[in-house]
Amino acid sequence: MTWILQVVFVVVVAVPIYFLIGRIKQIRSNILLGKDLDRSDRSGDRWKAMLLIAFGQKKMFKKPIPAFLHLLIYVGFLVINLEVLEFLIDGLLGTHRIFAPYLGSFYNIAMNFFEFLALGVLISCIAFLIRRNVIKVPRFTKPEMKGWPAMDGNLILIIECILMFAILKMNAADQVLQSRGVAGYVDTGDLMISSLFIPLFQNYSDTFLIVIERGAWWFHIIGIFAFAVYVTYSKHLHIFLAFPNTYYSNLEPKGKIQNMDAVTTEVKSMLGIPVKGAGEPPAEVGTFGAKDATDLSWKSLMEAYSCTECGRCTSECPANQTGKTLSPRKVMMDTRDRIEDIGAGKGEGKTLLGDFITKEEINACTSCNACTEACPINIDPLSIILEMKRYVAMEESGSPASWNSMFSNIETNFAPWKFSPTDRFNWAQDLNDKN
Amino acid sequence: MSDTIKAPTVAELQAKGETPEILFWVGCAGSFDDRYKRVTVAFTKILNKLNVNFAVLGPEESCTGDPARRAGNEFLFQMQAMANIQLLDMYQVKKIVTACPHCFNTLKNEYPDLGGNYEVIHHTTFLQGLLDEGKLKVSGGAFKGQKITYHDSCYLGRANDIYEAPRNVLKSLDADLVEMKRCKTKGLCCGAGGGQMFKDAEAGDKEINIERTEEALDTGAKVIASGCPFCMTMLSDGVKSKEKEAEVQVKDIAELLDDAMD
Ligand code: SF4
Ligand code: SF4
Repeated sequence: MTWILQVVFVVVVAVPIYFLIGRIKQIRSNILLGKDLDRSDRSGDRWKAMLLIAFGQKKMFKKPIPAFLHLLIYVGFLVINLEVLEFLIDGLLGTHRIFAPYLGSFYNIAMNFFEFLALGVLISCIAFLIRRNVIKVPRFTKPEMKGWPAMDGNLILIIECILMFAILKMNAADQVLQSRGVAGYVDTGDLMISSLFIPLFQNYSDTFLIVIERGAWWFHIIGIFAFAVYVTYSKHLHIFLAFPNTYYSNLEPKGKIQNMDAVTTEVKSMLGIPVKGAGEPPAEVGTFGAKDATDLSWKSLMEAYSCTECGRCTSECPANQTGKTLSPRKVMMDTRDRIEDIGAGKGEGKTLLGDFITKEEINACTSCNACTEACPINIDPLSIILEMKRYVAMEESGSPASWNSMFSNIETNFAPWKFSPTDRFNWAQDLNDKN
Repeated sequence: MSDTIKAPTVAELQAKGETPEILFWVGCAGSFDDRYKRVTVAFTKILNKLNVNFAVLGPEESCTGDPARRAGNEFLFQMQAMANIQLLDMYQVKKIVTACPHCFNTLKNEYPDLGGNYEVIHHTTFLQGLLDEGKLKVSGGAFKGQKITYHDSCYLGRANDIYEAPRNVLKSLDADLVEMKRCKTKGLCCGAGGGQMFKDAEAGDKEINIERTEEALDTGAKVIASGCPFCMTMLSDGVKSKEKEAEVQVKDIAELLDDAMD
């Protein structure tokens, strides 16, 4: 009889893994639709950034309360997955709690530790649900969070709560079965959290308890795999992508704008400065700047998939704070939606700039870097905004009129204002004024 | 101070066969903006008082290209940058001091990719260096105990991690330094960066500079100190629109120091 369950188990695990692999491949190929960007240098600093920021949650602790709750979920996620290892082995071999006899009393300690973490996760998820839906923290109620994004945030919290309950319920029923000496239910010792639920189960028959225990077990394993697939469609992809995303962080000073080498080559030849590799046919110059998601670098696309939609960027953005339409979080969400569409072969005739993000939004950006500073996983919405400004300025000549006159002032007067360059040194005449 | 205050140009010095130790990069605002010209003058006075071997480019200086680049016009930026690099290299400039965080950021971080390598220092860091070395002594007085609040320029702070130098200079004035609610890494932009200085703001509920000015006024400070020409303009406008210009001054750190030294 158990071999049937073992076969079912293999199918239950294999199907989601199949979908998961397909989804991972698709996301990878979507990210690779982006333009080249070299982030292969300084691997020591990159590991450091990843360890501190993704693994160590360093930037989260700018806001201590959510940081602490998030840490509980994060540690819970990492550690409780060790228990899943036992689930997998049991499922494949048709055993129950295969580690228990080998680990002896340590098994009890480990299980108790897992239960405390499960409780921590439960409390954090409930607190987060309250923050989102009752307290309504402002950054969760911005326009871009309407509909699916809000639902996504809540769904994951509810799913986690249910999964944690399933574990506790399973352990409670298991303990009752153990106490009755039912075959196959090895002694785990007292489990502190789930034993609180024992009174609920004590009066049921063995068979019913086995159904509850097995039911919770299956629910948990199916839940975990379903969750894994779901995550790839959700902002919760950050639980994996935060790591590569911080590894490939921008390590330059925040104020530095990445040079456009294609422009350098052209400017040099205009000024008659010898260009290295001149004489070779010029490398194909694509569009200057970005009109669509595929004009962005792969790193920007990876960031779009990594964004947790937490809105810390938007809540620090001076333009957003003063009621402008710009929201750096929305820039990231739009980029992700757009590259998903492109990857799925949908959305012909649309572009990121124009159909998703307007000029009004990008023009309001002050390049202040508050968003990049605020992002807990080092996402850089500013670079996407800048690429679009570049497209508008260089491909469309569509910058606001006053910027166009600023450009022509710089060209003709060598200053952004309309002053005569010969007056540039006039300030020195005031040097010896007594005032 | 009976000596005349001088701002020699690099070209003048070169004609005499001299090269200055430091180039003072004045910037467009420092050259043309009436208010910021006073900062340029104040900083030049400090350099004179301390006998710093410096020169300016004078009429040969040109926009670094920063506003063009940030508004998306990479061509124009690079044209400006290459021309400036040619000039700086011709004069064999090694070390640059500037009172503009935008010029500072561009010269320091962005010119190297185009072949322009210099040691670039913002004037607040430079002044702190002189204080640390003991070359610059402030007897205090003018600002003793006065409430001063410092507005972080995005291009100095978040862009280049310079938060302490301006504060240390202010502390040397024996002033009572008070912080705004949003400061340092969480500082609020004045609203002028990224080329915003040169166009009207997009529609919203409020102008950014008004929001920031309100925050500065909330501290009760009588002086709002800044280290950036854009911030200075935006905050001065903000103070004016709140009709507080009689009580609250917006001053550059160099001006405060120059006043304190007299
Ligand atoms: S850099 Fe632009 S998008 Fe980011 S916070 Fe500043 S104004 Fe907002
Ligand atoms: S870009 Fe960063 S700060 Fe902004 S919503 Fe995404 S994860 Fe949060």
